[in-house]
Amino acid sequence: MASIKMRATLGDDGVTTIKVLISHSMDTGLEKDKKTGNNIPAHFIQEVVCEHNGTKLLTAEWGPAISKNPYLSFRFKGGKAGDTMK
Amino acid sequence: MKRRIFLKGSLASGAIGLAISAGLLTPRLVLAAWPKAAFDATNVDGAVNSLFGSTALTGSDKIRIKAPDIAENGAVVPISIETDIKDVESISIIAEKNASPLTSSFVLGKGTEAFIATRIKMAKTGSVIAVVKAGGKLYSTGKEVKVTIGGCGG
Repeated sequence: MASIKMRATLGDDGVTTIKVLISHSMDTGLEKDKKTGNNIPAHFIQEVVCEHNGTKLLTAEWGPAISKNPYLSFRFKGGKAGDTMK
Repeated sequence: MKRRIFLKGSLASGAIGLAISAGLLTPRLVLAAWPKAAFDATNVDGAVNSLFGSTALTGSDKIRIKAPDIAENGAVVPISIETDIKDVESISIIAEKNASPLTSSFVLGKGTEAFIATRIKMAKTGSVIAVVKAGGKLYSTGKEVKVTIGGCGG
């Protein structure tokens, strides 16, 4: 289970900044398990979709070269306090 | 690949901001859109070509990459990209010297500002290239990042 923490802040200029932190191992498939010598299978997040009141804001397509416990931040205009983020 | 992604909840923000947020990130069942070929490509041209269908990159000084000059740990290199170019459709981050250079691609929706910040892995010293697609054209800027310890594999 990966957990996601998301924080949104609304600035004075009407721009909302979203920060997302996901706890995930993001295994590339290249690393070796030290006990068995086998490769740890690749396991990484491929796609993150962010929606605001049902409108798609951002689709992030990720490869294995995104760091472990990924961090993502972006900004958009038109957010209001109490809006739903997905 | 099962990803049971669960959004844990909202956090009240600091003095200035207002807490918005809270909801669920639902797992996406269909991953057809994920450009496997582009992520598998082993050089910059191949990745750009299979992602955008073209390698015609125009250099642009309107893209700003914020990245450390020297990254001590290649496993975590903070990158942020911002551009003044209008009608930005997508922003991609490419680490030139990685085994598969394309690290990520962000498709922006309407109303989303042309700003992205994330953290990438870098195998060794090389350029980080930002490719911005706007109005059907491709713009790019690179920045050299020195990596002390590589971040791919053990």
